Amino acid sequence: MQKEYTVTVYTEDRIGITNRITIIFTRRGINITSLTTAETEISGVYKFIITVMSTREKLDKVVGQIERLIEIHRAFVHEEDEVVYQELALYKISTKSLESGDIERLIRDHHARILTITADYFVIEKTGHQQELTDFIKKLEPYGLIEYSKSGRVAIVKWSRRFHEHLKELQASSEA
Amino acid sequence: MLQKDVLPMKAEKADKRLSAKPVITGSEAVIRSLIAEGVDTIFGYPGGAIMPIYDALYDFQDQVHHILVRHEQGATHAAQGYARSSGKVGVAFATSGPGATNLVTGLADAYMDSTPMVCITGQVAASLLGTDAFQETDVIGITMPITKWNIQVTRQEDIPGAIAKAFYIARSGRPGPVLVDITKNAQVGECEYEYVPCTHIRSYQPVPELRLDAVKEAAALINSAKKPYLLVGHGVLLSGAEKELIALAEKAQIPMASTLLGLSAVPVDHPLYVGLLGMHGNYAPNILTGECDTVIAVGMRFDDRVTGDVSTYVANAKVIHIEIDAAEINKIIKADVALHADAKTALQALLKEVQPAKHDEWLAEFRAADKKEYDKVQHNELYPETGELKMAEVVRLISEKTKGEAVLVTDVGQHQMIASRYYRFKNPNTNITSGGMGTMGFSLPAAMGAKMGTPEKEVVAVIGDGCFQMTLQELGTIYQSKIGVKIVILNNNFLGMVRQWQQLFFDKRYSSTEMVNPDFVQIAKGFFIPGKKVTAREDISAAIDEMLATDGAYLLEVVVEKEDNVFPMIPAGTPVTTIRLE
Ligand SMILES: Cc1ncc(C[n+]2csc(CCOP(=O)(O)OP(=O)(O)O)c2C)c(N)n1
Repeated sequence: MQKEYTVTVYTEDRIGITNRITIIFTRRGINITSLTTAETEISGVYKFIITVMSTREKLDKVVGQIERLIEIHRAFVHEEDEVVYQELALYKISTKSLESGDIERLIRDHHARILTITADYFVIEKTGHQQELTDFIKKLEPYGLIEYSKSGRVAIVKWSRRFHEHLKELQASSEA
Repeated sequence: MLQKDVLPMKAEKADKRLSAKPVITGSEAVIRSLIAEGVDTIFGYPGGAIMPIYDALYDFQDQVHHILVRHEQGATHAAQGYARSSGKVGVAFATSGPGATNLVTGLADAYMDSTPMVCITGQVAASLLGTDAFQETDVIGITMPITKWNIQVTRQEDIPGAIAKAFYIARSGRPGPVLVDITKNAQVGECEYEYVPCTHIRSYQPVPELRLDAVKEAAALINSAKKPYLLVGHGVLLSGAEKELIALAEKAQIPMASTLLGLSAVPVDHPLYVGLLGMHGNYAPNILTGECDTVIAVGMRFDDRVTGDVSTYVANAKVIHIEIDAAEINKIIKADVALHADAKTALQALLKEVQPAKHDEWLAEFRAADKKEYDKVQHNELYPETGELKMAEVVRLISEKTKGEAVLVTDVGQHQMIASRYYRFKNPNTNITSGGMGTMGFSLPAAMGAKMGTPEKEVVAVIGDGCFQMTLQELGTIYQSKIGVKIVILNNNFLGMVRQWQQLFFDKRYSSTEMVNPDFVQIAKGFFIPGKKVTAREDISAAIDEMLATDGAYLLEVVVEKEDNVFPMIPAGTPVTTIRLE
């Protein structure tokens, strides 16, 4: 059955690695719905967090093919309940709307915060699951939403302790 | 310029300096690194962006032999043939742009068939990268999905390291092609040279550790099996596990069948060898996949040409899959026990745990089915007395006259299937063909490479008239480099395999498969290669004798039955047990 999965991939720092990973999804006709990547706590090791709509069976094979790439340490598929995840959204609103008092309440009620205010616009930041972030748009719309921008998923795997240690060992061994 | 005069350019000069590391150009570093890896033969084609490397090659002619091919695709197939016959890494050179794009087919072919190859391409200067400069092509982007690894080197000091890594990756684990793209500035720039072979990459574990509990589980399955069955793949040859495989088969009396690329791992006349699997394989080994209760698949990946409809394939059997590449395990057929390991290591471990056994009745089932195929198909194919010449009888004669000891290089189509079915392989690594890709035009250049890799062996290329015309310009290379390959064109004036499908599945609508051919012997003559055309049965034996007796290259054109078909056959996507004998 198709559903949303999170795929995490630990890689070396290498030009073209994103391309190498994504073509494996492309070949099987799997659409990537979000992709986030950044350096991990271990310098030189990157973590990709990819969300896709697919089946477990297909993704297990995709992960196998990803792990076959030379610069990949490991790749995993995670079910929804195996990860703690958040996304981050920014909303640009016309400053005029601040004159009415209730937008402040809206921001507070939704655990959002204001990042910057200029004469024309101000920017609100909110983290949460995709649905909450898009729901918030609807609430802001009446106040004059000018621009909306959302990140991909950032996820922490509930059972990841061993892998962190594995990476630390790798780093120690390659420094030795 | 002045600076160059004070910096010692040539290695000999530099070696004499007290400093241990000579200062040389990136190009010279390329050649020295290749020599350090044991490379003695390179197939390639020069051009602007790789000229400095060719210039450096000039000084090392006594150590590395460069074979000037006539098309870069030929260089890759030659490197593949070289690698497959010799077990070493094949090497090909090409310039940027069109040179590099001409490598694509060979890279993809080597990737599908796990052939160790290192291709080196020249690239425009780093300062021009990404600007659509003259002959600039994003070869890294293009070859990403068809190489085991690739890298662009833009600084000369990175060259030895990149080449060391390239060779390590190409030959280790599941082998494959690697491409190293070197920008022109890096080729001409100078640096201190030191070669350190690569033995470890922290994110890459080429040889997995065999789990002994899995070995025990697999052995238990084999020991309790009534109808065990060994499927022999290319991995057996790649890991050099032929002896272990045969020992296991003999100990527990297990029949062995081969995939197309597994051919030659087991001598065809071995009493436990039961034949070729797959779409045009033998009858018994295919039909009995439906009967066996335990399958031991060794170094094979359940290609759809082998399995047919996967939902019914080996449906009644427990599957033990021995495979070095984790991504292949459970990819197509679910394994009950997976031995994620090098085939040789796994078979050695298994051999200790497997009990001697006999399976006479099970083996007799194969023999009974064999007889059916022999009577219905093989006899008429191998020993016809009337009618036009048949491909199979030509292959039988070649097989007899070379005693099964030649390196047989086949192209793609009916002749490939016939040659694979009827050549009686005796020694490992003597079957070279394009399996996974099915690349027409493969065999002439691959045969050339195979002869360079194993000059002591007779190398015979069996080629269809269509395939020959895809890479026939390599006759020029064969002539120039005096490569003694024997070329047999089985000419049916058709793209035979496609015509066969049109006959069977498209109502005989022969859309664009008939070929009006040139005079092949005359063409060979143009390249100063002797040859002969044979159309009559009474002439074929002597012609093959003449070919084999000729010192050097020879082209034999055999006009064969126009509308012959290859049977047995499993129509694509159907269960293999529905294999048709006619
Ligand atoms: C490059 C390429 N193009 C097309 C095909 C499709 N194809 C497979 S077999 C075949 C016919 C080969 O004809 P020929 O070389 O005459 O051999 P025959 O089948 O007659 O023995 C074709 C066209 C292919 N495998 N490779």
